Amino acid sequence: MAMDQAITREGTISAYHRMTRRRVLILSVIGLLSLLVFAADISTGPSNLPLAQVWAGLFDPASLTMPQLTIIREVRLPYALMAILVGAALSLAGAEMQTILNNPLASPFTLGVSSAASFGAALAIVLGISVPFLPTDWMVPINAFICAFASVLLLEFLARSRAAGVEGVVLFGIALVFTFNALVALIQFVASQEALSQLVFWSMGALNRATWSNLGILALVMLVVTPFSMRAAHAMTALRLGEDRARSFGIDVARLRFASLLRISALAATSVAFVGTIGFIGLVGPHIARLMLGEDHRFLLPASMLTGAFIMSVASVGSKILVPGVLLPVGIVTSMIGVPVFLVLILRKPERV
Amino acid sequence: MTKMLSHGDALRIEGLTTGYGGHVVVDALTLAPMLPGQVVSLLGPNAAGKTTLLRALAGLHHASGAVRLGEVDLLSLPLADHARHVTYMPQSLPQRVALTVLEAVIGALKASPIAGEPLSGHAITERALDVIERVGIGHLAMEGLNHLSGGQRQLASLAQALVRQPRVLLLDEPISALDLHYQLRVMKLVRALARESGMIVVMVLHDLSIAARWSDRIVLLSQGRLVTDGPPAEAITAQALADVYRVAARVRADADGLHIVIEDTL
Repeated sequence: MAMDQAITREGTISAYHRMTRRRVLILSVIGLLSLLVFAADISTGPSNLPLAQVWAGLFDPASLTMPQLTIIREVRLPYALMAILVGAALSLAGAEMQTILNNPLASPFTLGVSSAASFGAALAIVLGISVPFLPTDWMVPINAFICAFASVLLLEFLARSRAAGVEGVVLFGIALVFTFNALVALIQFVASQEALSQLVFWSMGALNRATWSNLGILALVMLVVTPFSMRAAHAMTALRLGEDRARSFGIDVARLRFASLLRISALAATSVAFVGTIGFIGLVGPHIARLMLGEDHRFLLPASMLTGAFIMSVASVGSKILVPGVLLPVGIVTSMIGVPVFLVLILRKPERV
Repeated sequence: MTKMLSHGDALRIEGLTTGYGGHVVVDALTLAPMLPGQVVSLLGPNAAGKTTLLRALAGLHHASGAVRLGEVDLLSLPLADHARHVTYMPQSLPQRVALTVLEAVIGALKASPIAGEPLSGHAITERALDVIERVGIGHLAMEGLNHLSGGQRQLASLAQALVRQPRVLLLDEPISALDLHYQLRVMKLVRALARESGMIVVMVLHDLSIAARWSDRIVLLSQGRLVTDGPPAEAITAQALADVYRVAARVRADADGLHIVIEDTL
């Protein structure tokens, strides 16, 4: 531990400012890339409408035919926006979950939230069980939401009881995955052929259920949740240094955890309700953000959202062009694109933060 | 900023009982008041209740009895208020955290407000760097915690605790991973800071000689009870060491301090 005289205080301060500027730059670049992919996303699809026409459709509707406008307004735009929002929501949920449960494997998917949602959807699709007096269109998303929310409440309950500890919560989440998957399998076993295919398709995760009202609800949830997440950023950064230390810095860790789980459940349950199971974003988005920007949550949380939005948009484009003429369920594509990227990142020699 | 030192700001521990679940670890412990500027070392064999006592003082453990800092009843304070007066440095700092030393120390300042000090971003950076330099890791300020050795992480951890400038600093084995140079450096620094600011330092140590040389007071615990409490030369005696650690020792005090030679186990 020899003192290196070459490093002066001024040098350190300017290095610190450089690091901050670099992070802002990286954030802007991911944001810009997401915008580019979004542009690509609204310009691809089975109907031949390139970017120029989509652009015209947005700002000069008179120049296009009615069917063209309908495709742009009711298909291309809502799908692409849904990809951005769901990617950001799931990735933010994953980032918070990994921090408050101190586990790099935590994500809405790995801890049973998505499985619970599938179970709720299965109840509605196969057995027709749902909340009374609900319009049929809403049965599946509402069921999915209720079950996802209930599973997070269970996790919350466990996280609050001191006895279980953080490992207990993670193990319990994994147990939830198996339980709900078994229940879904049971329902599939008794399902009719038609209900079965509907359910399988739902659980694959697809953007084609995106409507403007769904988008509005998800956007609202994100608008409400994100400021609270950002306000907790300092506390979450401190929590990364250990629970005892965070508490001795005056952070009520139990309350932080509870509030964060509430946010996670709102984000994950709403996303899953509208697009079905999308497994990879919540796990990978935060990891990629962490590798690029470190764990100062003021940067990590927004970076996770942007990374999630970016991956989801890429997957959305991929789902349209991988098999020409066929719209693949986006949930399949996220894993196909995400896994190799992820492997490259974790196998690469760790960079300096 | 030098604070007025007085008995009024002493840390008083009376009838303190604490433990895990139903298991009592520290039983009705009463200690003489710890005075501002004093460095107090907690010694004792494994499972004597040293860390538990420290954690109870830090507000991390439920405890009954009384812990008062001046007029403030620490046991009844919510964590955020408690943290204005007391900072606790746990034994370990997690290894795989992608934060630089400077970020981690700044994070300690920003985690919760410190009494009456809304600092600017610039002032926070300066204050963090001051502490990092005093601890002796100025050259590592921009290094990631996940690239540091165990000893370097321990120094970063100490910097985090010091930067909050608490009135009571609780250190759990602060030098366990350090080489000889940094062991002495840390002990010197902690004592100097206590003298400068009137901070009360309570730490758990295992090395008797280091404790004897750098502490104003030694509190020797065994099985959650007080064995001896006093200046090193009074608290560390052959008899006390035989009782507590079951070792045969010779203890000699002279102008250079306390010389402790352990001869054999009993």
